[in-house]
Amino acid sequence: MATTIPPQFDVIDRPLDTQMTISMGPQHPSTHGVLRIELVLDGELIVKSTPDIGYLHTGMEKLFEYKKYQQGIVITDRMDYLNPLGNNLAYVMAVEKLLAIEIPERAQVIRVLFCELQRIASHLVWLGTHALDIGAMSVFFYCFREREKILNLIEAASGGRMTPSYFRIGGLMMDLPAGFERRCRQFQDGFIHAVDEFHTLLTGNRIFQKRTQGIGIISSEDAIDWGLTGPSLRGSGVEMDVRRTNPYTGYEKYDFDVPVEPDCDVWARYMVRMREMKESHKIVRQALERLKPGSVKADAPKVVLPDREAMKTHMDALIHHFLIVAEGFNVPAGEVYHPIEGSKGELGCYIRSDGGAKPARVHFRGPSFVNLSALPHMAEGEMIADVVAIIGSLDIVLGEIDR
Amino acid sequence: MSQDIEREKQLADQAAAARTQGEESPLVASFRQAHPEWVGEVINAFGETTIIVPRESIVEACRFFKTTVGLEFDMLSDLCGVDRGPEEDPRFEVNYQLFSTKKHHRLRLKVLLAEDDPRVQTVTGIWRTANWHERETFDLFGVVFEGHPDLRRILLPDDWQGHALRKDFPLRGYEPYSLT
Repeated sequence: MATTIPPQFDVIDRPLDTQMTISMGPQHPSTHGVLRIELVLDGELIVKSTPDIGYLHTGMEKLFEYKKYQQGIVITDRMDYLNPLGNNLAYVMAVEKLLAIEIPERAQVIRVLFCELQRIASHLVWLGTHALDIGAMSVFFYCFREREKILNLIEAASGGRMTPSYFRIGGLMMDLPAGFERRCRQFQDGFIHAVDEFHTLLTGNRIFQKRTQGIGIISSEDAIDWGLTGPSLRGSGVEMDVRRTNPYTGYEKYDFDVPVEPDCDVWARYMVRMREMKESHKIVRQALERLKPGSVKADAPKVVLPDREAMKTHMDALIHHFLIVAEGFNVPAGEVYHPIEGSKGELGCYIRSDGGAKPARVHFRGPSFVNLSALPHMAEGEMIADVVAIIGSLDIVLGEIDR
Repeated sequence: MSQDIEREKQLADQAAAARTQGEESPLVASFRQAHPEWVGEVINAFGETTIIVPRESIVEACRFFKTTVGLEFDMLSDLCGVDRGPEEDPRFEVNYQLFSTKKHHRLRLKVLLAEDDPRVQTVTGIWRTANWHERETFDLFGVVFEGHPDLRRILLPDDWQGHALRKDFPLRGYEPYSLT
C-alpha cells in the first residue's frame, strides 16, 4: 500500500501527446471495494497498470493465532463476505483434517447444500455489479431479489445473513429448522426461471456483447501460470474444479457438469458463471433429495459441544461443555492445506498446529488475491473503460484480498 | 461412562493413525531418484506429502517438478511463510503448495530459513503467480526473495516498521492504543 503521492500526480502543464498517470480508486465504485489501480495511459490505451491493495487489511491471519480454533470460524466469515459459508468450510475442514474426525452424512449433505446456495448468491452479486459497472442497471435489482431469498434461507438455518458461522468443527451449529426443505424447494422452483430471465436481460444485448467479447484476453497457459482458478480459469478453456480434482464433503457423489468456455475473454467468464448457477441449482436439488434424518454433529465429545438436554442430565457432557468453552480443545501438532472450490476459485486454508488450543499459523489462499494479480496482464493494451469490465469479470472481493 | 472412555481411545487412535508416516508417494520416489541431494526430509501426514528442500536448490527443484513428465506441477497454488517463534532455529519456513492441473495431484515443498539470514531465491521465473505471494511473505515476515522483480510491501503501508506476522510483533502493534 503506497502512502506517499508519487511526483507524477503533481498538477503541472503537460503536453497532450505524452503519457499520463491516473489513480483509479480506492473510492471508485467499480473497483468493488477499496482497490486502487495506478494506470499509465497513452490517450485511452493502458500502457501500464499497477494494482495497489491493502486498504482493507485488518490483520486477520495474526488474529487467528490469538484465538481458539472454534473462535476462528467467525473471523473467516469476514474475509470473502460474499461467500462466508465457503470460508467456514475451508477452515473447518482443515481443522477436522488435523483432528481426524469423521462428519456424519447428514451434516455433509447440508454443507454441500449451503455451499451451493452460497455460490449462487455470490454469483448473483457478481452478475448484478458486473452489469452495473458496464452500464446495465436493471439486472442489479433482479439479482438482488433472488439473492434476498437465499439470504433468508441462510438466516433461517443459522440466524445470520452475511456472517452465518453455520459450519462448526465436527459438524454444524444445529440442525435445519422445521419447514426448511419446503422453503428451499420453493426457491428452487422459482430460481430456474430467474436464470433464464437474466439471460434475456443481458446475453442478447449487443452493447453488453461489444463491451465484453474480445476484452481482457488471457490464454490458458498464461492463466495457469498466473494461478487463476475457478470461473476465471474455466473461462480460459481449462477444465479445473477442485470439486472434481480433489473432491471433499462427498462432491464425488453428485452429478454436475463443470462449465468451460474456450474464448479466454470477459464474455467467456460471464458465460461460465451463468452456466455455473444452473449447475449449482442442480446440486442443491440433489442435496435436498439426499437429505436423510440423522445427527449433524460428529461423535467426538472433546471437540463438539454437547446437546443442551444432555448437559442437563449428564455430568460428563457438562464437563466437556465447560472445558471446550473455557479452555478449547487440543489439536495435535502438524500442518495441513485444505483446498475447496469457493465461488471465486480455489480457496485454500493452511493451518499449522504446534499442539494446544490455538493455531500456530493460519493462512488463506484467497482466489481473489491471486486472480487480481493477473489484472495487469489482461488490462495492458486495452482501453481505460475496459478495466472496469475486466475487474468485474474477475469477481474480486477486497475483504479476501487484504484479509 | 465406559463407552465414552472407549470412544475417546478410538478417536485418539484415529488421530495417531493420521499423523503416522504413510507410504512414500511415487512423486517423492521419482524426485529422490533424480536428485537425492535435494531431498532434505520427507513428511507424509494427513494424506499430504511435504518435502523439505535445501534453500540453495529450491528454484531448481521447482523447475524439476514443473517440467518433468509425469509430475507436471504447472500451478503454484499457494506460497506462505511461517514463523516458528524467536526461540526456534531455523526460525522461518516458506511453504510452496504445488498443484498439477493435468494430473490433479498436490505436493508441498518447504524451505527452512535462519533468523539472521532469511533469504531465498525467487520462483517468479517459474510461476508468475509467485509474485504477489512472495511480496506478501516479504511484507509480513521479512523473508527476502532474491531476484524478485518488484519486492515491495503489499498489504501494509510503505513506511511500516517491522513485520506484522512475526511472533515477536505484538498483536496491537507498538503504538499505544488510543481512540483519538
